[in-house]
Amino acid sequence: MNLPKPNVLINKVFKKIISEIDNETCLIGIPSGGGIIINELKKKIKEPLNYGLIDGSFYRDDLEISGIKLKEKTTSINFNIAQKKIILIDDVFYTGRTIRAAINEIFDYGRPKEIQLFVLINRKNNELPIQPTFSAIEVDVPENIFISLVKEKNNLIFNTSKVK
Amino acid sequence: MKNQKISNSLKIDHLISTDDLSRESIIKIFDTAESFIEIGQRDIKKVPLLRGKTICNLFFENSTRTRTTFEIAAKRLSADVINIDIPTSSQSKGESIFDMVDNLIAMGTDIFVIRHSESGIPKKIANHVGAGIHVINGGDGSNAHPTQGLLDAFTIRKYKKDFSDLKIAIVGDIQHSRVAKSEISVLSTLGAKEIRVIGPESLMPKNINKLKVNVFNKIENGLKDVDVIMMLRIQKERMNNDTIPSESQYFKSFGLNQERLQIAKKNALVLHPGPINRGVEIESEVADGKQSVILNQVKFGIAIRMAVMTMMVNKKT
Repeated sequence: MNLPKPNVLINKVFKKIISEIDNETCLIGIPSGGGIIINELKKKIKEPLNYGLIDGSFYRDDLEISGIKLKEKTTSINFNIAQKKIILIDDVFYTGRTIRAAINEIFDYGRPKEIQLFVLINRKNNELPIQPTFSAIEVDVPENIFISLVKEKNNLIFNTSKVK
Repeated sequence: MKNQKISNSLKIDHLISTDDLSRESIIKIFDTAESFIEIGQRDIKKVPLLRGKTICNLFFENSTRTRTTFEIAAKRLSADVINIDIPTSSQSKGESIFDMVDNLIAMGTDIFVIRHSESGIPKKIANHVGAGIHVINGGDGSNAHPTQGLLDAFTIRKYKKDFSDLKIAIVGDIQHSRVAKSEISVLSTLGAKEIRVIGPESLMPKNINKLKVNVFNKIENGLKDVDVIMMLRIQKERMNNDTIPSESQYFKSFGLNQERLQIAKKNALVLHPGPINRGVEIESEVADGKQSVILNQVKFGIAIRMAVMTMMVNKKT
């Protein structure tokens, strides 16, 4: 599968995001891919913003189907999100279930004014009426292929693997 | 020893004794518990992971910490909790435990937490309930208290990391203590360098030589160079009065005071499963001192119990 280099897509996201930022904006990544993107965006964005991570694992709907998946980094939101404009960042948008879980979790921290979703890749397979506000690229990929953004020796790459 | 990234597929059906857990399983429970600690620091200390599940606390014996922390753990995961108050229940009308359990299953219970003064009751109930219903031993007689053993070892890992470097002393009434048995089991599985048990001859179990522990009858010898001191409560309710001379005599011989604490390593941790008998097995100055992690044990106990319950509902592998 030919995917563009992650940095190219992150740049597209960056260019779109700077037109959206105001002083009430906070960027929240979904680990681990969204966390990696956040770290890249931090280097590019000059305005002081609040950054956080949200891992919806405890809010998922598939504990008995998929089991609990723990990530190295869990939720950390160390600022008040009430009345803020939240931009959620993830590497790949697929079914929308991760985003549903993340949005539910956000509302346990307060009532934001607005939530947007920026992703690098949109797989357009939503099972819920949820879709990204912005995606750097849209792709058609067979269902059994899993795509994720990883960092290897300081290089960002897309990892693609077949799911059993 | 902490896993960097885990797809946590461990499925636990029942937790009756820590002897049933492999090293890998214990580490998975610990890593899961680790991620739950953060929930306790949030403003809204609640996630919907076990929404719709029903947890039944069935305590045939007194408990404050264990019952409360199981209840808090279940509630933080959004499960519904029923506490059966045994003295006012039909048990006092002569209903059998199995009938009671069957009725609670009919009412929709998914997980039972059972404490009983008789060893083996949680296991009997686990054998009795059908598939999809889970039993956690909340302490049975002088047999086992698995979540306490797990949370104590988890507490040690929070401060000391690698068990293969650690000399750990367990002090007190080893014979009547289910906590000591579960602690020894978990710490052995995790590969502690040395486990010592310290206490009077009369409070040592008869089969102590079968366990991989070193026995000390004098606390001054046993505490030398240890990294962790795990105190036990003197269990008056489980003893004939003639096993220990008197509380003051016991404190004189085996109580942990500041002077004895100095014998252990400089940064040695002090643990106690509670409730503390101040001035009987531990001096207040030590229990409330810098090296004491007693209240953190309680905090970590919630995370461990959340992890165990989550893994019972986890996907089958």
